[in-house]
Amino acid sequence: MQQFFQQLVAGCADGAIFGSLALALVLIYKATEVINFAQGEMAMFTTYICWALITHHGFSYWPAFFLTIVIAFVGGVALQRTVIRPLERASVLTVVMATIALLVILNGLAAWIWSPQLQFFPSPFPTSSWVIAGVHISKQDAGTVGVTLACVLVLWLFFRFTKLGLAMRAGALNPNAARLLGVRTSWLLALGWGFAAALGSVSGMMVAPTVFLTPNMMQAVLIYAFAAAVLGGLESPVGAVVGGLALGVMLDMLGTYVHPVTSELRLPVALGILLVVLLVKPAGIFGRVVVRRV
Amino acid sequence: MAALLELNDVSARYGQVTALDGISLTVGEGEIVALLGANGAGKTTTLRAVSGTVRRSGEITLGGRRLGRTSPEAVARSGVAHVPEGRGIFAELTVWENLRMGAYMVRRPDFRIVLEYFPWLETRRAQQAGTLSGGEQQMLALARAFLGRPRLLMLDEPSLGLAPLVTREVFRVVSDLNRKEGIAVLVVEQNASIALTAAARAYVLETGRVAIAGTADDLKSNDAVRSAYLGY
Repeated sequence: MQQFFQQLVAGCADGAIFGSLALALVLIYKATEVINFAQGEMAMFTTYICWALITHHGFSYWPAFFLTIVIAFVGGVALQRTVIRPLERASVLTVVMATIALLVILNGLAAWIWSPQLQFFPSPFPTSSWVIAGVHISKQDAGTVGVTLACVLVLWLFFRFTKLGLAMRAGALNPNAARLLGVRTSWLLALGWGFAAALGSVSGMMVAPTVFLTPNMMQAVLIYAFAAAVLGGLESPVGAVVGGLALGVMLDMLGTYVHPVTSELRLPVALGILLVVLLVKPAGIFGRVVVRRV
Repeated sequence: MAALLELNDVSARYGQVTALDGISLTVGEGEIVALLGANGAGKTTTLRAVSGTVRRSGEITLGGRRLGRTSPEAVARSGVAHVPEGRGIFAELTVWENLRMGAYMVRRPDFRIVLEYFPWLETRRAQQAGTLSGGEQQMLALARAFLGRPRLLMLDEPSLGLAPLVTREVFRVVSDLNRKEGIAVLVVEQNASIALTAAARAYVLETGRVAIAGTADDLKSNDAVRSAYLGY
């Protein structure tokens, strides 16, 4: 039973990371129906920036953390303006190809700037753990869950209670109607990219202490995030977070209690879940089946 | 009457198909003008040319200022509210959220005066807009447009799919907003008889051109208009 609870917490920590990156994917998908394949590499790149701030520029952890979020936000807006916006009238497939190009470019660029060598990335949380009723809860895991969920909460508050957040939701639902009400939808899309990049940078900085910093560190995480987003329903922000947590816990439980599922099988299992959801319930847990009139 | 909106030789096309072929018309300050005509005559495209949702040539001025090649949001910000075909309601958002979107451009929106015209909105504020009836959605679209404090309100077939009684109620509110708030209205309608009752003047479009223009009374007694659009 103690082992069960320990795995539950560890799974939530993994899941919070998957969930926040999945939410970043959903933010962009909901507004433009584009899957941003570069989401993981954007997160990796900004994590390197955080690492450089700490190791080369003398920042301590939390200032570097928040500065990185700001840099990621600005970078996301800039990417949308320079790369994605010129493709406004192009097909979704063209834009997806552009994000794949971004993935490769960012990956190469990171390796060129910072070398592809493994780097140690610090964690802001101590390695010790709390013991509650015999259950060891690692402060690292608890901190990861706390930080990512706090970011998700801030984002939720923004979308729920601010005028700009409302306009972003309305623009995603019906961009033409929003423009007739004076909403500059093109800028709101850029803002969406900024938020997605900022959220992604948090997932990158949270995962880096455990997987170590390399240019490829987010590639597996991105696949888990895809699976999480599909599981929750690609259109649903709540679904992305819940899907991420569910996926994280599920993978940890399988690894612990089902012997053939070793760490090599984690990724295939996640992709298996993705396929099963697509076959059985394509709208995901929280997604709605969209009926279009013809 | 000073002209608020002026279209001068405006043309527009969808691909190879010419939708507007040199339209000229005016809407005066505080005036209600109806656009009549068969399907495909160019009524909707005329509204879209003004709001910048279709590419067009020719000159359009609003309050004497030229509307250049502007985006829909820029036209909206210059005081034109366009309630499009299908009303453009955000079905997944609540009634209140839809109203807040209507006030998006306004720094200090006056929700109170809107509720005076549409008192029933108060009790439905938390309801999902998509679950309103067709007439209620049309009213919500009107209220939302009004919140943006427009000088010109453009309505595209407000009677579409509504029962006659509801249609009359919609036009009563439109006339009210026009009379009390001084908002000019350009309304596209299939239902010519109700449009000619509310409007002071009207234009009949045929294949992208103005075929007949005149006061509502003139048009009501015009034989061609009577047989084609009024059915008596």
